[in-house]
Amino acid sequence: MTQPAPLRTTPLNAIHRRMGAKMVDFGGWDMPVSYSGVIDEHSTVRQRVGLFDVSHMGEIEIRGPEAVRLVDYVSTNDASKLRIGQAHYSGLLYEHGGFVDDILVHKIADDHFFLCVNASNQDKDFEHIAAHNKFDCTVENAGPHYAQIAVQGPRAIDTLQKLTPVALAPIKYYWFADGTVSGVPARIARTGYTGEDGFEIYVAPGVHAQNEAPRIWDELLAAGEEFGIKPAGLGARNTLRLEAAMALYGHEIHASITPWEANLGWIVKLDKGDFVGRDALIKQKEQGITRKLIGFEMQGRGIGRDGYEVYVEGSNAGWVTSGGPAPTLNKNIGLCYLPVNQCEIGRVIHVMVRGQPVEAITVPSPFYKRAK
Amino acid sequence: MNMYPDNFRYTKEHEWVKVEGDTGTVGITDHAQKELGDIVYVDLPKPGATAEKGKVVGSVESVKAVSDIYSPVSGEVTAANDLLATAPEKLNQDPHGEAWLFKLKLSSPDEMKELMSAADYAAYAGAE
Repeated sequence: MTQPAPLRTTPLNAIHRRMGAKMVDFGGWDMPVSYSGVIDEHSTVRQRVGLFDVSHMGEIEIRGPEAVRLVDYVSTNDASKLRIGQAHYSGLLYEHGGFVDDILVHKIADDHFFLCVNASNQDKDFEHIAAHNKFDCTVENAGPHYAQIAVQGPRAIDTLQKLTPVALAPIKYYWFADGTVSGVPARIARTGYTGEDGFEIYVAPGVHAQNEAPRIWDELLAAGEEFGIKPAGLGARNTLRLEAAMALYGHEIHASITPWEANLGWIVKLDKGDFVGRDALIKQKEQGITRKLIGFEMQGRGIGRDGYEVYVEGSNAGWVTSGGPAPTLNKNIGLCYLPVNQCEIGRVIHVMVRGQPVEAITVPSPFYKRAK
Repeated sequence: MNMYPDNFRYTKEHEWVKVEGDTGTVGITDHAQKELGDIVYVDLPKPGATAEKGKVVGSVESVKAVSDIYSPVSGEVTAANDLLATAPEKLNQDPHGEAWLFKLKLSSPDEMKELMSAADYAAYAGAE
């Protein structure tokens, strides 16, 4: 009998267990789903500051004189427009226009780009990028070398500033700076997956990540104590990103979904030159899409969950990609795919909840936007 | 000190049942509510419905997931706890008391013998 592969762990695994987190198998990783409770962690991030271990995320380094050409060839956004120290959201597509993954691209130097990719996709992404590398540059699958900690919430800046000489206030949204956190070399990016202000800290590869990430975690918790910091797990990460209507690979986007359908046309730059998937996207744009992602709010009693069928005027018309309670809004919300001619805002739809149609209404997303 | 009341009987699916006369009161255990996390929605059988031992009669939803409720014993449902429609979070606070799920009139009282005692359940839940 074959044994299941052991779960992969992050450098912070022992800390999660010591702190009494509820752990789950998340795509092969042993990760904390919650500590004090999803709703408590969710509102802590909205109102104060939360700390997430996101070391399972993958990192891919592209280095060499033609690094930008490779990045632009495999991704939808225009990497040539990035300045050094700037990042953007982008998509990796197959030739047919469906998603390999959604990624963050950071420009470290003219000849060095740093990609943050989804944990369970990192090997697939690496192989996809390497297979298209006809340029003068190298691709490194660097995920195992990095630890990543997200500090998110209105008091994230106050918390992190206590541990770094890098001036955080001047770092704009989707920009980053290389410096130190708790004396350890780290990349500090003003990015996140919660809909709040905050930072994602990439602890430099090598011995630092394994040995120093736990100390950085503990020092962040201590630094944020006066602001009410709490550790948060993947449960809150999901409810937070859903309120902010940020896509999750495997749900809103996957190999059969194109950026046009997922409302992600803004990360597609057709005029930048050739890239993998461009021809298919041009063709689909000419023909027009048939389905589109749209938000909904449950009206009847019941919660629309991932995978539930959606009915419009009595017919099966689409499916829920993500759904659940929105703790900030005190509503049950979700995202679903519907035919383009049936997804205007304010339409009454029905989500099949365990065999029973429950009324919902289509609404604009994001469901939650922070006050600037 | 066992936190599971001695006068209840327990299932492997983490429900409890308390019998008074021919009426059973059903709930989920403290272990179950802890595993589920923040409970946000409870779907209960309606009075008059027939519940069959081991069959799904409703569901409890936490922020993260849906979990089925299995009837620990067979019978006719006589009451559902309306409190949970407006305050599902009570299930996290008082699962063995105020936040019972439903009551039923037992059709096969002998089924109770197949359920676990408090001590056996505590060992079972602790070992999980």
